[in-house]
Parts: sequence; structure tokens; C-alpha cells
Amino acid sequence: MKVTFEFSDSPEVVAEVNAGESLMRVALDHGIPGIYGDCGGQCACATCHIYIDAAWIDRIGTPEPGSTEEALLEGAPADVESNSRLACQVVLTDDLNGLVVRVPEGQ
Amino acid sequence: MDGIAETPAPAIDPFDVGRPELYHKDAWRPVFEKLRADDPVYYCETGRSGPYWAITRYEDIVRVDSDPATFSSSHLLGGVTLEDKSNVTFMQMDPPQHTAKRKSVTPIVAPKSLAQMEVLIRDRAAKTLDALPRGEEFDWVDRVSIELTSMMLATLFGHPIEDRRTLVRWSDTITADLDDPDSPIRTEAQRGEVMREFYLSMLDIWKRRREEEPRFDIVSILAHDPDMRNAPVEEITGLFGLFLVGGNDTTRNSMSGGMWGFAQHPDEWRKLKADPKLLGNAVSEIIRYQTPVIYERRTALRDVEIAGKTIAKGDRVGMWYISGNRDESVFEDADSLKIDRPNARQHLSFGMGPHRCVGSRLAEMQLRVLWEEVLKRDLEIEVLEKPSYAFSNLVRSPTRLPVRIKA
Ligand code: HEM
Ligand code: FES
Repeated sequence: MKVTFEFSDSPEVVAEVNAGESLMRVALDHGIPGIYGDCGGQCACATCHIYIDAAWIDRIGTPEPGSTEEALLEGAPADVESNSRLACQVVLTDDLNGLVVRVPEGQ
Repeated sequence: MDGIAETPAPAIDPFDVGRPELYHKDAWRPVFEKLRADDPVYYCETGRSGPYWAITRYEDIVRVDSDPATFSSSHLLGGVTLEDKSNVTFMQMDPPQHTAKRKSVTPIVAPKSLAQMEVLIRDRAAKTLDALPRGEEFDWVDRVSIELTSMMLATLFGHPIEDRRTLVRWSDTITADLDDPDSPIRTEAQRGEVMREFYLSMLDIWKRRREEEPRFDIVSILAHDPDMRNAPVEEITGLFGLFLVGGNDTTRNSMSGGMWGFAQHPDEWRKLKADPKLLGNAVSEIIRYQTPVIYERRTALRDVEIAGKTIAKGDRVGMWYISGNRDESVFEDADSLKIDRPNARQHLSFGMGPHRCVGSRLAEMQLRVLWEEVLKRDLEIEVLEKPSYAFSNLVRSPTRLPVRIKA
């Protein structure tokens, strides 16, 4: 399956990935710049902030109100938007083939 | 017993990792090694400011730090140091209150502010390095680490650059340990006086910034924030104190720790010179290796079990980052500086969870710029003596590091 990473200042990257992995893990495996994953995917560092493309956000969903993910996103340096997610909390499933996400300008 | 009541001298618990002497004498490594191996969640009954738990393994630290619903930072329970303190900033709050307050300061470290600051920081780093003596002993801590950090603080606060060392004096006094024989103050009253001096000076700048166009210093950003503009004075001054202390000793210590690390591991310096692209990772590794903040404290909100021990509601819990960063199950050969360590970024020096350091990107940028400018000049720096360390259980702070630059 494919995931597209978009950037504000460089061409997009299309990554060929396997279902079952987290979006953070595949970003690191493909050397996507701007996604760090400093806590190793434990929802504890907010260095894997991404914006989900509008066409996909309903399928993926938004963080639970009051959740750790929501608190981390609010406290992260890049502006939090209604389509913000932590990439380590998004597990790729077959129905997400073709997913498009945008990497924040700095985090 | 012969009937004479003798009070035995209070026994020192060798595993009381809250003793500032341990860091002053740089004697902490074997103590934590033993705790991690034999008793990773250790209850110290005789702490200087009361009993506390010492969490010493990487995994357990991440668990405590990222669970504020169980482990609270609240000032109402004593805050984030082993000594109960009643400072009130978002650092001593839990979500959701913490979340909202923290959000109002994140613009200070937004990518755009950082890019602006980098230009200034580079220019000053260059001038500072060019002014260092050649072929002559000097103190790296004073001439480089303190100098560069104080300039950054002056920029961050919009404080006159000529008067930057005053910011250092304020910060060092606010964090001084009263048991330290070299402490600049002897009483809490004296501390209060110095804090007042700092606050008054900042409020002065604050009043001016409110009337001026927005700029990118922290005082201006807060003065133009719709929520903060009219916040109570104590809240504003509290935030200034948090940024002063948060940005001062920590960054300074990493600048000194990096120098000492390269002196101990000259091959790593050669590796970096051969491949400067490693610098980004090297900066994370330096911050892991140094661990500028030794621990943070939480208070348990309920009975909870960790590693087979039951922590009771109300207990103080110390997360010993300095130990987690030496956990061999995560960092192989953890006492060595390895600039290409694959998981260097996973260090605990910035904490984890919702309180993870706000200034991490600014700190990393300053360190990157310093070493970039050193590399650019191809300086050969020789460390002449071991560093001495501050008398503190909170910051691991080299106070003196004599060096010489080859002429
Ligand atoms: C290498 C340098 C630095 C280190 C090692 C460091 C370390 C830390 C640590 C351990 C925490 C607590 C994290 C937790 O409880 O999980 C923290 C929080 C904080 N730091 Fe830093 N820090 C550094 C630089 C800075 C700088 C330059 C600034 C200011 C611009 C800063 C501002 C703060 C603030 C405001 C907080 C409170 C965050 C919160 O409670 O949400 N720090 N830092
Ligand atoms: S990797 Fe740390 S929060 Fe996602």
C-alpha cells in the first residue's frame, strides 16, 4: 500500500508500506524529514505530529477529548489543527491505501 | 545497653540519590547501576526533605512521566522537586489546565522564532569563539558555556545584552541549594529578595512591550497574548522565572558536558570532523550523555504498582533521568559518548509526556550552532583538568573546566 507525505518546502514523497505498522514507524523507515519519534511511539513526546489530508480524516478519526494524545498535540510547537494526529497513534490498515498526510514545518 | 540514652548519628542511606554530594563529587554512576539492577523502584526513607521513591529504569520513567492522571505535578501537592515548593507555573499543573497554559508559550519556540534567533546566536557564537585566547589556559564554562547561554537569555527576554550576567546571577540564586557551602545566598529570605529584583526588572520590560509592536522575545509574545495580557502579575512573573531557570543552567551544562565528552572520547571528535553531517545526532547524544536535569518529582494520586512495588497515594516519586539515560537495556555502553548512537534521540534528558521540555528545539539549535562554529574554525581544544560539579541534586552542572586552544 502507498502513503504520500507532503511538505511545505519540498516535493512530496510516496512511500510503499505494509499494513499493520504505525505511520510514525514507516515515516522513520523511509527517512521522512521532520518526523522524529523520540519516544519510540509511546505517545509521550509529540515529535511525530502530522496533518491528515481532509479526505482521510473521517476514516482515521481525531484524538479522544481529554486523551494524552490531545494534550501532547496542544503542547507541541507546530500549530494544532482539527486534522492533527500523532503519527505513532495511527496504525495503517488496508483501507488506508493511498493516504495523504502533511508534515508540519518544524517540530 | 548501660542505660545511657544515646542518639545514634542518623545513618546515611547509600542509596539516597537525592544527596547533592553525589553529583558534586560525580559519584552517582555505581549507585544507580546497583539500583537499576537490584531495586529499580527504591523507597528511600531518609531523604533530606522526606521519604521518596527513586524510579531508575528507562521504561518505568517513561511510564510515570507520561501518566499525569496517576502521577501529578501539582503545586498543591508540592510540585516537581523533592522539596515541597509552592511555585505556580504550568510546570506545576496537570492537564487540562497545564495544556491550555503551555499552549500560550509555544509560539516562543515556533520554527519562525527559532530561525530568527539562530542568526543572532550564530553571530554571537562566532564572536565569542574568535575572542578566546590561543595557547593559554582558560575556563570553558565561564568563557563559552555561560557566555553563550547568557546572550541567548538576554535575547529571549529582551534584556540589555551588556547586562547579561545579571540574568545568570538571578538564575543561579533562584536555584541555589542552601546546603551548598559556596551558595551565593544563605536563607530563603535572601532568595526571595533576589527573585523580587528579577521580577521587578521583568515587569518593567513587560510594561514597555505591551505598548510596543510585537517582537519575538518572550516578554513581548506574552504581553501580546490575549489570555496572558491581563493575567495576574504572579502568573506572568512565574513564567519568566520558569524560562529563566529552564533555559539557563541546562543549556550551559550541555555546552560544558559536550566539551568534556569529546575530551574523554577523542575518536568521536575525529569522527565528527570527518563527517559533520553527524552533528544533529551528536547533539542529542551530548544531551543524553550530560543529562543536565537530574530528576523531576511527581506525587502519586492513587495507590499504584510499579515493578512489584506499591507506591501509595500521596507518596513523592522521583524520576531519575540521569539513571534512565544510563540504562544498558536501552543504551548500549551507556557511559560512553557515541555520536552515531542509533537511538540517541530517545534520551530522557528532556523528560517525556505532556511536560516534555518546551525549549528542546532551542537548546538543540544552540548546541548545533556552537559546534558548527568550532568545526568551521578547526579549533583544537585540549581539556586540562576534570570538571568540578555544582552542589545540586537537580542540575548536573559543571562549574569549571580548564582548557587550552592550540595556538
Ligand atoms: C539541554 C537543555 C535543556 C534540558 C536538558 C531541559 C530539560 C527539561 C526537563 C527535564 C523538563 C521537564 C520535563 C518533564 O517533566 O517531563 C523541562 C521542562 C521545561 N523546559 Fe527545558 N530543558 C532544556 C532547555 C530549555 C530551554 C532553552 C528552555 C527555554 C526556552 C526550557 C524551558 C522549559 C519549560 C518552560 C519547561 C516546562 C514544560 C512543561 O511543564 O510543560 N528548557 N526541560
Ligand atoms: S513517537 Fe513520541 S508521541 Fe509519537
